[in-house]
Amino acid sequence: MLEARALSIGHGKTRVGSGLSLRVAPGEVLCLLGPNGCGKTTLFRTLMGLLPALAGDVLLGGRLVTALTRAEIARRIAYVPQAHAPPFPFEALEVVLMGRTARLGAFGQPGRTDRATALDAMDHLGIADLAGHNYAQLSGGQRQLVLIARALAQEAPLIVMDEPTASLDFGNQAQVLSRIAALVSGALDDGRSVVLSTHDPDQAFALDARVVLMHRGGILAQGAASEILDGPRLSTVYGMPITVETTTSGRRVCLPAVT
Amino acid sequence: MSRPALPLLLALVLVLMAFGAVMVGPFGLSPGEVLRTLVGQGDPQARIVIWNIRLPRVAAALLVGAALAAAGASYQALFRNPLVSPDILGVSAGAGLGAVAGIFLSLPVAAIQASAFVGGMVAVGVVTLVATAVRGADRTLTLVLVGVVIGALAGAATSLLKVLADPYDQLPAITFWLLGSLASVTSADILPALPAVLVGLVPLTLLRWRINVLSMGDEEARALGVEAGHTRFLVIASATLVTASVTALAGVVGWVGLVIPHVARMLVGPGFGRLLPVSALIGAGYLLAVDTLARSIAPVEVPLGILTAVIGAPFFVVLLARGRRGWS
Repeated sequence: MLEARALSIGHGKTRVGSGLSLRVAPGEVLCLLGPNGCGKTTLFRTLMGLLPALAGDVLLGGRLVTALTRAEIARRIAYVPQAHAPPFPFEALEVVLMGRTARLGAFGQPGRTDRATALDAMDHLGIADLAGHNYAQLSGGQRQLVLIARALAQEAPLIVMDEPTASLDFGNQAQVLSRIAALVSGALDDGRSVVLSTHDPDQAFALDARVVLMHRGGILAQGAASEILDGPRLSTVYGMPITVETTTSGRRVCLPAVT
Repeated sequence: MSRPALPLLLALVLVLMAFGAVMVGPFGLSPGEVLRTLVGQGDPQARIVIWNIRLPRVAAALLVGAALAAAGASYQALFRNPLVSPDILGVSAGAGLGAVAGIFLSLPVAAIQASAFVGGMVAVGVVTLVATAVRGADRTLTLVLVGVVIGALAGAATSLLKVLADPYDQLPAITFWLLGSLASVTSADILPALPAVLVGLVPLTLLRWRINVLSMGDEEARALGVEAGHTRFLVIASATLVTASVTALAGVVGWVGLVIPHVARMLVGPGFGRLLPVSALIGAGYLLAVDTLARSIAPVEVPLGILTAVIGAPFFVVLLARGRRGWS
């Protein structure tokens, strides 16, 4: 579905990462894990063709991403940016409807079926009641869910989420994460894949995802969270002693050493 | 109010206002006289006043107001900034320089209009080129800043021409034009501007959904499937064509493109499909009212640009003081 081959990423002459090879299979959840500033966002932007690769190739459904138009890419990858405030007070439903753009002609307007799809997506995430609300006045967690609904309405086989819980408080983080977990288990049934980035290893455990562990602009390890996320690797990546422990309920958590 | 009702209501108000504006003036006319003349009867004097003076002026006010407000709404959506207007990108300043150069060279009226249009387009072209050459910075901010710089340059060149101009013949004409006025407008002036404005409005109308998407920012718009660069260029060129055409007709009339889209957004929200027509309708009504005031409150014509500034500036201060609620 998505494949990166020996990718070098960066802005202009500043190289952020290199030798990045990864592959996303249909129906898979892939978690891109690494500390802040390790190049996760840059990698995402390169994967979506928003930023030219410095070297290497990105293949989307077997075709080079550089050979696709923006609309063709948008029909293959839906992007969930970090929650933001738009300059104008659009209704939440209007924001979700923007996900339909790649399916409309250049001069097209979203119609009745597009509205139905958008409302469906919001319903799926349990935020149908926000449809008529001013997006700019929603909480950070609600905005993030609206952006995820927009990605669902885009009906792309691959959804990419850039740190979906980064700017949220503790309660909102847990809420958004549980909705993503529900979405992922549902979405996987119809073969959709989700790639999300996070700096929090606990989230990779919570989602039971395959993990690409990034370190210093390269990939340190790839594999199931339960297999590759151990104390030594996490300690290397985050630059401080970290232990992985199992709670009595059987869930794994990461504990940084606090001295 | 139901969705189609507001534009219809505004259009109706506009027709009534236009009718009223035709009656007002030093040669007062009753509603009956206006109606009789419009259907081809009435006395010859009323016919000349209505067909040769009042109607062209009313039509010009409607056209200029609608065009400036529509262009302002487009620029604001595109630059994701409710505080920008046709004055950014140096469009107004470029068109002003073009027209002043035309007056300075004693060109005929049509050539002055063409020269204003060329000045506006050149200004926006230079701004876009320079802003593209400056890489790395925030693109929108760069565009706006370069617009200010080019606008200042054009302003300096305009001042130079004013110093060099013949103080008895050209200077008053230049000054009057820079203040904006519809005092001497005739049907022959409107005819070239009308099709240019309509041509500019077509892409703005067709691209109304994509303009919404672009107001989320270039990168997000691209991720949603919009070729942001091409679309942005097309919208800027169209809005500039609209602005330059009416600047050539009416001179520099500020504030309309800044203030009116705010009022429209308060009424119908930011969705461009509704914002564009409602902005145009309110802009048309606003400028008609202001122009009618300009020619009737004093024995001497008050330049339009002075009135729109006197009304627009305090309104804008109120908007600012109310904070973001002013545009949310």
